Formats: sequence, structure tokens, C-alpha cells
Amino acid sequence: MAVWEALLELADDHLVLGHRISEWCGHAPMLEEDLAMPNMGLDLIGTARTLYDHAGKLEGKGRSEDDLAYLRDEREYRNCLLVERPNEDFAHTMLRQFYFAAFMRPYWLAALNSADATVRGVAGKAEKEMAYHIRHAGEWVIRLGDGTEESAARMRDAVEALHIYVDELFDSSDAARMAEAAGVLPVRADLRDTWERTVSEVFAEALLEQPKAAYAQRGGREGIHNEALGHLLAEMQVVHRAHPGARW
Amino acid sequence: MYSQGLIGADGRTEETPEFLARFQKRIDAEEKIEPKDEMPEGYRRTLIRQIGQHAHSEIVGMLPEGNWITRAPSLRRKAALLAKVQDEGGHGLYLYSAAETLGVSREEMTEELLSGKAKYSSIFNYPTLSWADMGTIGWLVDGAAIMNQIPLCRCSFGPYARAMIRVCKEESFHQRQGYEIVMTLAQGTPEQKAMAQDSLNRWWWPSLMMFGPHDADSQHSDQSMAWKIKRFTNDELRQKFIDATVPQAEYLGLTIPDPDLKWNEDKGGYDHGTIDWDEFWRVVKGHGPMAKDRIKARKKAWDDGAWVREAALAHAEKRRARKIAAE
Repeated sequence: MAVWEALLELADDHLVLGHRISEWCGHAPMLEEDLAMPNMGLDLIGTARTLYDHAGKLEGKGRSEDDLAYLRDEREYRNCLLVERPNEDFAHTMLRQFYFAAFMRPYWLAALNSADATVRGVAGKAEKEMAYHIRHAGEWVIRLGDGTEESAARMRDAVEALHIYVDELFDSSDAARMAEAAGVLPVRADLRDTWERTVSEVFAEALLEQPKAAYAQRGGREGIHNEALGHLLAEMQVVHRAHPGARW
Repeated sequence: MYSQGLIGADGRTEETPEFLARFQKRIDAEEKIEPKDEMPEGYRRTLIRQIGQHAHSEIVGMLPEGNWITRAPSLRRKAALLAKVQDEGGHGLYLYSAAETLGVSREEMTEELLSGKAKYSSIFNYPTLSWADMGTIGWLVDGAAIMNQIPLCRCSFGPYARAMIRVCKEESFHQRQGYEIVMTLAQGTPEQKAMAQDSLNRWWWPSLMMFGPHDADSQHSDQSMAWKIKRFTNDELRQKFIDATVPQAEYLGLTIPDPDLKWNEDKGGYDHGTIDWDEFWRVVKGHGPMAKDRIKARKKAWDDGAWVREAALAHAEKRRARKIAAE
């Protein structure tokens, strides 16, 4: 276990969620969202790129951002399960975005004091982006939760479906614990209260109940994913893998 | 592609000769016509049609390139393509707003697109079949669009002209980015180079068709030229495009799929082979290979999103009611 692997987990979270939200591009419910969702995807993919690059350098085996993104299989991907969940509908997509951003905002704020200069740099940019994602996705959670009967029902379904993936956000793998002990990354478990506050404020306006999850799904950090991730990676990696060694 | 916006345009007007002469005098003096100014009904209708079709082209144009976002072969290319497709959505939004100044709503225009009543550029009814198409579309399709759009920056209708200035800046960035993708492939492995050549083979002729029919067969050019909605003829723009693009292909070591293409010293430009006008009219009439799929995809997005738009309206209404109740 090493610090670079904790950065890899973080990069995978951002790439997989960025990829997922980019799947909407050209298919959104309204033109404004056709612009907003790629924007959020670009933020996430941008963060992933810097983290992959940095992780590759710390690993010291000469792996580039593309080697890390395109040449690992699903068992080697270390993202949490929440981010790989399929888009389903706009309610699921916005709730997933909101849950993730509500976690990452305090994470990056805490990482502003990281012992690692690159992580500090990423944090400075990403905390602002996550604040925007919380606002944008949170406003949709409110609009849909307190909109029509149909939208409220869809929002409740999304909460029901995604809540079991929340706990994993606060787990730290062995690699993450190492990075936390070294002062490189924030302690995940410490962010729970802030996350709960952000979510309960939005849910109160959205007329949504925060369920107590009867159980939690975990496994992403060990590479035990849902089946959806393999398809995402197959699509993402197909051109790159078909031409080994080519430059793009 | 946007000259295709004039196919089928009805520029007839009912106004008195005095009114039309007064209007023409403003046009001839290079004055910009603004939304609240008086204008012939035909001028208004022609512009609504052209700007609407331009907006639709941007929106439908998100689909062929969106087709490769999830498969982009590097993270840098993935981010750039995502940003590019987003730009196109932004152009669509901008253009719908310009058309709205003429008294038509975005919803009406969207419904016309989805019902098949409104047209969009036929180039987007061809499929994107390899990563190289992301380069070729930027290089040729955006390149052709720029040829059409640079003169539109001086279009007599103010909001359209101003929108075009910004759009052209982004399009020229896209064009250079596309060329850089093709260049990377052309200098890459034999498979990559073959991918680039195959892509050029498929997109060359449809790109030439983007400029519309030959001048002799273009019914609406004269009135649009007089109103300075259009500044150059289809054939003039097509010639400019060919003359600019042939040396770019030579530099890449790629072959333009036209055995009759040759430099004509006398006219100082290239002569080209015969364009397949049957294919052009077939695609314009909605029989292009991807025509059904494109509209189906837009319709699905619109229909699937109906509950979201309804919820947003319902929520806004609830908010308003609560605010009033609290006052």
C-alpha cells in the first residue's frame, strides 16, 4: 500500500463520474442542461487528469495519465460504487452528483492544508467546482422533490436506490489511511457531519426523507464493483486498446 | 451548411414599394436592422428560417460528435471533445435567442424540428464511424461552416451578425483542433493514417455539399443577397473552401477523393469533379443515412425530459405562490 494508490482511488472516482455525466451530452431534458452537465463532467475529468498524472509520478514506474485510465481492468479500478451507478434518469443523475459533491467539497477544503503541493493545488480549484455542483445539483433535487407528483416519486426512488452507496464514501482503504497519516489527504470519516448537514438542508426543502440505510454496499476500493463498471470501461477503453502504443 | 437554411425560404413581401425602397436604402447604407425596427415580412421570415435552421444544426450537430465522447482515446481528447460539443450547444442556445428577437419562441422552433417541419444541415445525417471522424468534422465541416459564417458576421440583421462573431471565434478554434487530430493520425501508425484517409474519403463530398446547390440552381440567393443576409454565393464560398483545404490535405499526406481535382492557373483556383446532386437532394429531403436516428434521438431527449421541465415549472409556481402568501 502506498500514498499514490490513494490518489488513484480519488482519480478513479472523478473519471468514472465525469464519464457517466458526459453520457448525457446531447440528450438532456433541456438545452441548459446540455451545457451544464458537460461542464460538470469537464470539472471532474480535469481533476482526474491531474490526480492520475501525480499518482503515476509518485508510483515512479513511468505510467502516464492515459496508461492509468485506459489500461486497467475493472478489478484494478478503485472508485467507490456510487459514481459508477448508471444514469437511470435525471433524478438519479442529479442526486448522485449532489451526494458526491456534498462529500468532495469539505474534502477539498480540508485538503487545502495537504502536505502535498499538487494535492493543495487540486483542492484550491476543485473546492470551488464542488460548491457549484452542490448548488446546481442541489437545486434540481429541490425542484424535482418539490415539483410534480411524478418528479417527487422519481426523486424518492433515486434516494432509495442510491442511499446504500453513501457509507462507502466515508470509508478509508489502507492506502487512504496511509495518505491520511502522512497529512496528504483528509480523514474521510471526519466529513460525515458536514455531509449530513448539506444533505439534510436540501432534503428539507425538497420534502425528502433521508432514509436510514438498512445496509451499505461496499467493495469499490478493493476492485469489487457492480457489473455496470465493466461496460463503462469497455466503451471508454476500446479505441485506446485497439491501437497499442499509438499516440492520439 | 447554413446556406441550406435558404432552401425553400419564402421571401415574398406584401409591403408597398415605398416601404420596401426605404428598407432597401437602410440595407444599402450598411445599417444594421434591429429587432424592433420595421422590416418586410419576407425578411423576418427568411431570417427566422435561417437562424432557426442554424440553431437546429448546432443542436443536432451535438449528436454525431457526442457519439465519440465516451470512446475518446485519451483523456486530453475526451475533455476537448466534451468542451467542443458543449460549445455547439452554446451556439444553439445563442442562436435560438437571436431568432426569438424576431418573435418566435424556442419551444415553437423545437417542435418544428422534432416534427420534421424545420430542417437542419444535411451533413449531420451522415454517421461518425471512427475516431478520425472527430478530426475530420472539425477540419472540414467546421471549416466549411466558417466559410459560410464569416460573411454572416456582416449580415444586415444585428443580433445574428453579433452572434456570429462569437460563434466564428469558437468555430475557428474547433477547426484548428480538428486539423490537429487529423495531423496526429496522419503522422501516427499505418492504421491511424488509414483511419484518417478513410474519414476524409467519407466526409469530403458531403462537406462540399454544405454550401448548397450551384448558383444557377439556387432560387433564393438573389433576394437574400439584396437584403445582405447573404454576402457570397454558394459557388464562391465552395471555391474558397476547396482552395483553402487542398493544400492542408497535401501537407498531411492525405489524398482528396476527387480524381478530377486540379489547379487551374487561369482562375487561380482548383477545378473539381462533379458533385452528386442526387445524393445532396436525397439527404436534404431527409433520406440521409442517419436522418431518422438523429430526430429520434432528439425526440427521445425531449420526451424523456418532459417530466423534468414540468417539475421545474411546477416548483417555480409553488415558490411564487409561497412568496405571495408570505407577503
